[in-house]
Amino acid sequence: MLLSLTNVTKQYQLGTTVIKALNSVSIDVAQGEFVSIMGPSGSGKSTFLQVASMLAEPTSGSIKLKDKNVTEYNEVERARLRNKEIGFIFQQFNLLARTSALNNVKLPLMYAGIKEDEQNQRARAMLDRVGLSDRLQNTPAQLSGGQQQRVAVARALINNPSIIFADEPTGNLDSKSGREIINLLKKLSHEGKTIIMVTHEPAVARIAHRLITFHDGQVANDSLKRHPTPISRLKTRPPKQVKNKKRIK
Amino acid sequence: MFKNSCLIAIRAIFLNKTRAFLTMLGVIIGVGSVVLLTSIGTGLQLYVKEQFVALGTNILFVVPGNPFGESGGFGNQEQAFLESTQAKLKIRYLDKILRDNRDVLKDGVATGVGIATAKYKNVTKKVTLYGVTANYETVRSTKADKGTWFTQTDNAKSRRVLMLGAGIAQELFGQVDPVGKKIKLDGKSYLVSGVIEKRGGGFGGPSFDNYIYPPLNTLFSDFDTELVDSFIIETKDESLIATAKKRIETTMLQELDKDEFSVFDQTQLLDTIQSILGVLTAGLGGIAAISLVVGGIGIMNIMLVSVSERTREIGLRKALGATPNLIMLQFLIEATLLSIFGGMIGLLIAYLGSLAIQVYFPARVTLEAIILAFTVSSIVGLIFGVAPARRAARLSPIEALRYE
Repeated sequence: MLLSLTNVTKQYQLGTTVIKALNSVSIDVAQGEFVSIMGPSGSGKSTFLQVASMLAEPTSGSIKLKDKNVTEYNEVERARLRNKEIGFIFQQFNLLARTSALNNVKLPLMYAGIKEDEQNQRARAMLDRVGLSDRLQNTPAQLSGGQQQRVAVARALINNPSIIFADEPTGNLDSKSGREIINLLKKLSHEGKTIIMVTHEPAVARIAHRLITFHDGQVANDSLKRHPTPISRLKTRPPKQVKNKKRIK
Repeated sequence: MFKNSCLIAIRAIFLNKTRAFLTMLGVIIGVGSVVLLTSIGTGLQLYVKEQFVALGTNILFVVPGNPFGESGGFGNQEQAFLESTQAKLKIRYLDKILRDNRDVLKDGVATGVGIATAKYKNVTKKVTLYGVTANYETVRSTKADKGTWFTQTDNAKSRRVLMLGAGIAQELFGQVDPVGKKIKLDGKSYLVSGVIEKRGGGFGGPSFDNYIYPPLNTLFSDFDTELVDSFIIETKDESLIATAKKRIETTMLQELDKDEFSVFDQTQLLDTIQSILGVLTAGLGGIAAISLVVGGIGIMNIMLVSVSERTREIGLRKALGATPNLIMLQFLIEATLLSIFGGMIGLLIAYLGSLAIQVYFPARVTLEAIILAFTVSSIVGLIFGVAPARRAARLSPIEALRYE
């Protein structure tokens, strides 16, 4: 098993009350799986993502990555692990402002201690792979939302990680760009990449092989799908724009 | 890894040029003022030294009293003043010194001081009279710029002739050539024999250019004084200074008590002045260094703000694999680089400033000042960078990524 969480609990202290964001969750993810995570706000799906991606430590339970127990890793080991084994795609893209696409993609390589020449070569190749070979020197401000997210995907892939975590990857994109990104993730999945994606858009979730639904910090449903939605069908149901939704809130 | 952190830091600085410049401003001003002020101090020291060398290094002075005191500094001033008002030095002592030590001494001048009101046509001026013998010209290498020095005979016969310092000549005569003209000193008429070439000086020291130089005997007879305030004695060679000093003391001890006179050379006087100027320079530098500390605090402030502002960036870097130490290193390097850049700009400004000042005032930027400014500014950056860097390193990646 590539990633396995056993009885993972995550508690937050909020004033005097203790919030159990994750309540004894056990999930196994195999190599090559494309997992969608859904659930209402506060259901624990984001916390699951943070804990599973080594950004946050669980309060209890154990996490194994590639059969190695990584639960007790300290901050430095976790940072190295994230650098090597995990790729992140965020809703807000999280690209460094005023920094070229090339330099953004190079960032994980830099922390991996890879030589400048190789960094450049690999970052160029990766940007070419996401269709941005003509945008190497553009800064995020000079790129469309879809292009920015593609830079982020390139950055997530650059260190050839074991798992890619995507947190609402289409949430900040218009429907066309959203489809492009979904397309890209699908392609990566076909190539054998393991992807865990949090989304609250059923249409987006449906493209994965497996759908896990969270409720009150626990897994409410975990189902495998034989025939995930083909990309072509998505066109009729464009992903909603979270940005607008947020504003209404 | 260190190289990468440097690159990240440099990139961060160049991404925010205005902020970087404003951050550096404190250090720029700090380093600039420290270097500029010490350059003025150092320049002054060198200037004074040059002046002393120009006056001759084979010169010994004999003065009444003991102005240097036991410890070498300017000692008991009150006592020294009292001594100097008593006519302890007699011209015959000088004659004796020169006669007894012909093998090491070349020549000697006795000087006396008086005050008078000088008048030429309608220009009136209070002046210091510096009575000297005619050989003052050779002993102190003070050539006549216009006219000629009065002669030994003029001195012997107490003739009413005099030499003018370049400054006082200008003040009294303006564009008129003073040679051959007559001026009045306290009502008596004197013939201007010549004008001494410009000697410089000032900055609190005696202003030789503003003195009027009558023959010593003329000073004594016309101004009712017998006061010899110094002997200026020239040795045959610079190397003979120490020997000559001992020999003069021996001769003088036959006439006066140990405490009633002092023999000193230029280096002694120079050392005293240099040590005063040294303290002054250090003091000025110290005061300016306060602004350097303020500059350091400025860097810390901006860096702290910068850490808050870049919380998301820090979170992202951590998510992508930056360890806390690397984040800390990045911010430390950034603060230090800002400080060093600031230091370099400050240094440049101070250097240009010292060039500009040199027109009016001696100033010299020394290598020591540069190294010191550089070291101090990097240390300032390093020290004041620690707090922001630690804060950045401690940020939790999730909190940081969530930060809006």
